[in-house]
Amino acid sequence: MNTLELTGLGPLYDALRRAGYTVIGPTVRDDAIVLAELDSIDHLPYGWGVRLAPGGYRLRRRDDGAAFAHAAGPQSWKPFLHRPRVKVWEADRTDDGFEVKDAAPEPGRLALLGVRPCDLRAIAIQDRVLTGGRHVDPSYAARRDGAFIVAVNCTEPGETCFCVSMGTGPQAGPGYDLSLTELTGEDSLRYVVDVGTEAGARVMGDIQAGPAEPAVVDRARAEVTAAADRMGREMPALGLRDLMAGSLEAERWDEVAERCLSCGNCTMVCPTCFCTRVTDTTDLTGDHAERWQLWDSCFDLDYSHLHGGDVRSSPKSRYRQWLTHKLGTWHDQFGSSGCVGCGRCIVWCPVGIDLTVEVAALRAETAQDGAG
Amino acid sequence: MTADAAPAPMAPVPYRVTGRRAETADTVTLTLEPVGVSIAEPLPGQFTMMYAFGIGEVPISVSRIGPGRVREQTVRAVGAVTRAVCATKPGQVVGLRGPFGVGWGLESARGRDLVIAAGGIGMAPLRPVVLRALSEREAFGRITVLIGARTPADLLFTDELDVWRARGARVEVTVDRPAPGWSGHVGLITALVGSVDADPVRAAAFVCGPEVMMRVTAEALIGLGMPAVDVRVSLERNMRCGLGWCGHCQLGPLLICRDGPVVPYGHAVPLMTVREL
Repeated sequence: MNTLELTGLGPLYDALRRAGYTVIGPTVRDDAIVLAELDSIDHLPYGWGVRLAPGGYRLRRRDDGAAFAHAAGPQSWKPFLHRPRVKVWEADRTDDGFEVKDAAPEPGRLALLGVRPCDLRAIAIQDRVLTGGRHVDPSYAARRDGAFIVAVNCTEPGETCFCVSMGTGPQAGPGYDLSLTELTGEDSLRYVVDVGTEAGARVMGDIQAGPAEPAVVDRARAEVTAAADRMGREMPALGLRDLMAGSLEAERWDEVAERCLSCGNCTMVCPTCFCTRVTDTTDLTGDHAERWQLWDSCFDLDYSHLHGGDVRSSPKSRYRQWLTHKLGTWHDQFGSSGCVGCGRCIVWCPVGIDLTVEVAALRAETAQDGAG
Repeated sequence: MTADAAPAPMAPVPYRVTGRRAETADTVTLTLEPVGVSIAEPLPGQFTMMYAFGIGEVPISVSRIGPGRVREQTVRAVGAVTRAVCATKPGQVVGLRGPFGVGWGLESARGRDLVIAAGGIGMAPLRPVVLRALSEREAFGRITVLIGARTPADLLFTDELDVWRARGARVEVTVDRPAPGWSGHVGLITALVGSVDADPVRAAAFVCGPEVMMRVTAEALIGLGMPAVDVRVSLERNMRCGLGWCGHCQLGPLLICRDGPVVPYGHAVPLMTVREL
């Protein structure tokens, strides 16, 4: 595999634009590092880091000018691929009942610049859910087919990160077109570039980029390896699936339910949560109908509605559904864990519920029950 | 199937209502014929997503398959969409998507005795099993149909039961609360299990109704000596897409639209016994 070197990302940004991509990447907005269309490579969050805690997120200034030395922000890449609001079709009444016209998938030719290894795995997980089964979600598939992924290996994990536990980072796994490792120097930024696909090779072929020197490559690899030892959290994955299946009646759910607000923030920021609701509407004439697919959350009371009432009427049952699905039954449904260890659900929980703490408590309770 | 011919997974296919029969005070059976293209032929136990124009879509059991491209579906009015569907008049058009889910697996029961147990509207997805088994009577062993309902007025397909009997099925009916003129059984459907005409170790059972009814019926059948793997139940959860994307129909490890609605009782029982799962 080619290993190249870049000093600065301007040429890469320009090459992506020339290839017809809209470049999405991290940038500072509203006191957070958000993901947005980049008008210029200068809008990357150079010199910004973050301080993360359960229910806490703050920007902080760094000593260097690194663009990618910040952990996961409030968004994942999910809104760009699995759109929060999708018009599925529209229909008009006709003499023969009605005629349905599929909505053309929103065009998207996006270059996702700065995808963390945890988020790269999350994209693969959503691929499996939305395109890997018998039915393919046309909106997601269209956005995904048009996407070019520039991953960034993680050299600066946050206080709530645990990708190592979930086996997703800090080194990017397969699925990227290009993968960068950022090296900060006295007065410049250097990037070691790994090429993952033909499309990645074509973009790099459009740039004057020489091969990376072995010493530089070694330093880059070493920084990523070192990051693995600086995870702020851990959640031993061994036996997690069985723990979830065996904990459905645990007392811990009552305890966490006293804190959980059922707000659904965790599901919105989670890069793998995929649930949607299907909403049918008409205009005032009643002759024109539309169907929309909107993000939904298993914390919403209406989510489990049946004619007899809501199946999961207690907050306890809704938190249990979320956690046991994410860490347990996701394996049964889609062949992997649904958690990538990005830590967003910890940071963006308004009351700071930390799933690694909840899992440890469930483990302790199960161990105690087993001993007793 | 070419890409051009494949209907978009979310697009309802227009079906004209060509017949409407009131089954009970709140339940109707609609006869449906495609306006143009038709959806694939359902298997007994599969369901469709039925669309009322501009109002919404709900999962509904297929209660008769055929003749030809004709379908019947039986709908109980419990919400805005089902009320609209139930109010549909002959000549009007509804939309169908599907069929979805795994069916009862009647093919795997060929040569065996059949026990079909239905509670309330649970008879709707079981009717195609009865009709298909009776249409190939020699392919199956003895056939027992047990039906429970709250009152005589809540029984479905009452005018067909004698036809089923005449064609070789044992049909037993019970109600929770009798009405004047009712001379049949009164009590829980489990009380009828003793009248099952089957060799338990070579029978297949199909059970559909409220969860508690399915549990006690399945346990009673297992009590006769039937292996739990040979008792199948049909589960229900909120469904929005039928395609495995929306997440709403999860029940533990299952996506009911994809892995169900029919599952072996042995798989279902640990999921049915946890509150609010």
